[in-house]
Amino acid sequence: MNTTSLFVIFISGILVNNFVMSRFLGICPFVGVSKQVETAIGMGMAVTFVITLASILTYLVHYLLLVPLEIEYLQTIAFILVIAALVQFVEMVIQKSSPSLYKALGVYLPLITTNCAVLGVTIINIQESYNLIQTIVNGLSGALGFAFAIFLFAGIRERLELSNIPSVFKGFPIALITASLMSIAFLGFVGLV
Amino acid sequence: MDLSYIIIPVISLGGMALIFGAILAVASEKFKVEVDQRIIDIRAVLPGANCGGCGFPGCDGYANAVVSGAAKSNGCPVCSSEIAAQIAAIMGDIVETCEKQIAHVICKGGCDNSQADFEYFGIKSCKAANRIKGGSKSCKAGCLGLGTCVLVCPFDAIKIDENRLAVVDPEKCTGCKQCVEECPKHVIEMIPASQQVIINCNNKEPGKIVRQICSVGCIGCKICVKACPHEAIGFENNLAKIDYEKCTNCGVCVQKCPTKIIWGPPEIIDEVG
Repeated sequence: MNTTSLFVIFISGILVNNFVMSRFLGICPFVGVSKQVETAIGMGMAVTFVITLASILTYLVHYLLLVPLEIEYLQTIAFILVIAALVQFVEMVIQKSSPSLYKALGVYLPLITTNCAVLGVTIINIQESYNLIQTIVNGLSGALGFAFAIFLFAGIRERLELSNIPSVFKGFPIALITASLMSIAFLGFVGLV
Repeated sequence: MDLSYIIIPVISLGGMALIFGAILAVASEKFKVEVDQRIIDIRAVLPGANCGGCGFPGCDGYANAVVSGAAKSNGCPVCSSEIAAQIAAIMGDIVETCEKQIAHVICKGGCDNSQADFEYFGIKSCKAANRIKGGSKSCKAGCLGLGTCVLVCPFDAIKIDENRLAVVDPEKCTGCKQCVEECPKHVIEMIPASQQVIINCNNKEPGKIVRQICSVGCIGCKICVKACPHEAIGFENNLAKIDYEKCTNCGVCVQKCPTKIIWGPPEIIDEVG
């Protein structure tokens, strides 16, 4: 393992294999919480935080518990358990230690429990047989990619609110078209790594 | 078959769940945040319908807003004044009473007493019907009776009667105003619950046109304005309008109205027929 490979994982996570734009994971919050840039940043922050922590924890659970006991087939349910418990725990800690951050993240924190991007990252980490450092980098970059995508999307949607759109496209339809165009744009990064 | 294939996964997963549960239980004690007791108390007396009629995200949001001072103790449109008083008591405020408002469909021009331009066979939605020349009725201000308000009402308080008109059940209506916002014709009005005299027409066109298209429309004769002993009826855009502050529900206008569109107390209605 060297720094180059970590850099490649990082760039790949943010741009090439962007979770929303290329892997189509975490679409629900991507569409649901992208009406305002402010809330989108909140969601992106919360997801980044949780995914990075979840990557580490699931890595440990997988290699210290599931592999020795030869019950890798329980990966999905075990990971969901870990993520759900983690999110709950993090929520409590943040509420106590940093009420302002808790307020900023708001309802998005508990929502992440059901965000498939989190489960996706953790499973990809195992599939790619990353080591712990690579896992952390992949989790962090994937989450940053998510935050990046939702931030861009929210920015575009805010401008769409003010622009003159044919009434049939107003609201959700134009958002979906925008999302698909963004996805096509992200295709341009394929081959970068 | 080896029994360990079942036991190991059960024990390991169960063990994980147990550990996580224990950690969460400890954490919930250790990281307990002191929530203002008043928020919990207020939340307990609120109806819990989460209708959003107060303008805050659900009853929890409203309870928070009351305690933080962003909302008044009588801000819940669903609550009776007793509950508002309870909330005020929790907050230690002086009770601010306001009268309960209920929704009322101000149109009585059903299919048998109003004209129609065409028959509508489209989607059963007032909003859809409204897109086609403003609905099938000749009166473009009247209730279309396709039940968009019925669908949006969280309290099941609106029915479509046999005359194809929406009717609000004043007993069930909580005044959350969702139907008022939903109605494409803006024919639902919030009226104080004790108000008995109500003008049942929403058409703002001149009397001549109204007379041609509806037998129960306000024709703008202004008889009620002159008849009212308390000067409570005004006239705006060819439509009589009651000032609910001044109205005493005496029912004089109910008797005088030539098209019988003003509703009044039951005894006067019986007399007028």
